Amino acid sequence: MTDDWRPTATMEALRQRAELLACLRRYFAGQGVLEVETPLLSAAGIPDPHIPAFTTMPGPDGEASYYLNTSPEFAMKRLLAAGSGPIFQVCKAFRRGEQGKYHNPEFTLLEWYRPGFDHWQLMDEVDVLVRQLAGGFRSPGRSERISYRTCFQQYLEIDPFRADVSMLKSCARTQGVGEVAGLSNADKDTWLDLLMSHCIQPHLGKEGLTFVYDYPASQAALARIRPGEPPVAERFELFIDGIELANGFHELQDAREQYARFEADLARRRAEKLEPVVLDERLIKALEAGLPACAGVALGLDRLQLVFTGRSHIRDTLAFSCERS
Amino acid sequence: MANYATNEFKNGLKVMVDNDPCSMIDVDMVKPGKGQAFTRVKLRNLISGRVVERTYKSGESLPGADVMDADMQYLYNDSEFWYFMHPETFEQVAADAAAVGDQHKWLKEQDMCEVTTWNERPIAVATPNFVELRITETDPGLKGDTAQGGIKPATLETGAVVRVPLFIETDEMIKVDTRTGEYVGRVKS
Repeated sequence: MTDDWRPTATMEALRQRAELLACLRRYFAGQGVLEVETPLLSAAGIPDPHIPAFTTMPGPDGEASYYLNTSPEFAMKRLLAAGSGPIFQVCKAFRRGEQGKYHNPEFTLLEWYRPGFDHWQLMDEVDVLVRQLAGGFRSPGRSERISYRTCFQQYLEIDPFRADVSMLKSCARTQGVGEVAGLSNADKDTWLDLLMSHCIQPHLGKEGLTFVYDYPASQAALARIRPGEPPVAERFELFIDGIELANGFHELQDAREQYARFEADLARRRAEKLEPVVLDERLIKALEAGLPACAGVALGLDRLQLVFTGRSHIRDTLAFSCERS
Repeated sequence: MANYATNEFKNGLKVMVDNDPCSMIDVDMVKPGKGQAFTRVKLRNLISGRVVERTYKSGESLPGADVMDADMQYLYNDSEFWYFMHPETFEQVAADAAAVGDQHKWLKEQDMCEVTTWNERPIAVATPNFVELRITETDPGLKGDTAQGGIKPATLETGAVVRVPLFIETDEMIKVDTRTGEYVGRVKS
């Protein structure tokens, strides 16, 4: 193509982006939430096997190589532990191999942390902010909250906490997911991810904002686990028009538990023959020093703009998508 | 052939699925922010023409298919095969009826067309969008009847029958759109 120097977004889309940024900065300024910046190049990575990072080449003079930040979470938690109070950040995040209608390997995140909030209070604030941001673009519709378990019961008539792999497998078959290659040795969470992303997610947020909360403890990531029968992760996600927009946690504060989860992720990496990752010891130290009780959330701004403005591909919201970078 | 991993999947990639060569026509990633990524692909089976949808766990791979498109000259057909020649190497290939499909209606000796081969065996033939062919038989035309828009059938030298305006006569050359099988115009000799 000869005109591939041109932007993938229209000038109108660029103006819409600027408007979203101005609006969210006004909101946080009004709330007394401090805007911060943290490094995009990081000496440590994230061991989660599902989040592949880009790394820089080592320099010619033996300089170290760095991870490109996949989310600003660890650095922001270090600020919180150092006494920053409530903070927000708009930054680029990078994830290798993520490309598609709703994925670009480099994307813009809005991430913020609220000391003293739990995930319920943070869902309230996400709701308020998303409605304000939607203001100039579209009517946001109504809001609903539904637990992870109820999602599966309502849409698939299956209990995700009690079902075993063979039940999830046969559920996928009756749902017409079709043949999936590479799942012969898949664990339960992989099947849950398949059903959630292929069979449930497309129905979520059809009439407004749908918050899904209380995820399986095995999918806690960096959220606290609330003991109970079954124990659940105090984690939530926001969906509009079947698109995942935000992921939030009532944040894990326990350094030892955090370290154990890192080690478990590293073990999964070894089992899946993925390259090892340098663990963020400074995050562990910050947790040992004391992370205030808080909730935090990351919201994908490109996708938010996409659903607000009725576009169908993430590239329409980016000045230059990856193919034209 | 090389193997292609899910992160190399893209439209137009030719791969083997269920022992048949397929071409990817739609590729999308389905991935929760925290969790397993999947790649959903729509594939056209290049033998049957059918479209299938498949989901691959991220990291899976598919063997490539040795599929090539080449411009070749149509030579002739016997009762069983249509023969094509590569204009530079003079290499010849024989395509069976399944590969030629309904394109045989537009194949004229010496004409160029695109032949798709899989492991050097022809699996599809595509004639140009427009071909020029001689009319071998049609009812006599009516002089001066150009304005009325009437039509009649005409048999072409390849055996195809197309609908033409009443003023067109036997032995005239006409241009035909092979995608629709419709008459486009007269070719001035």
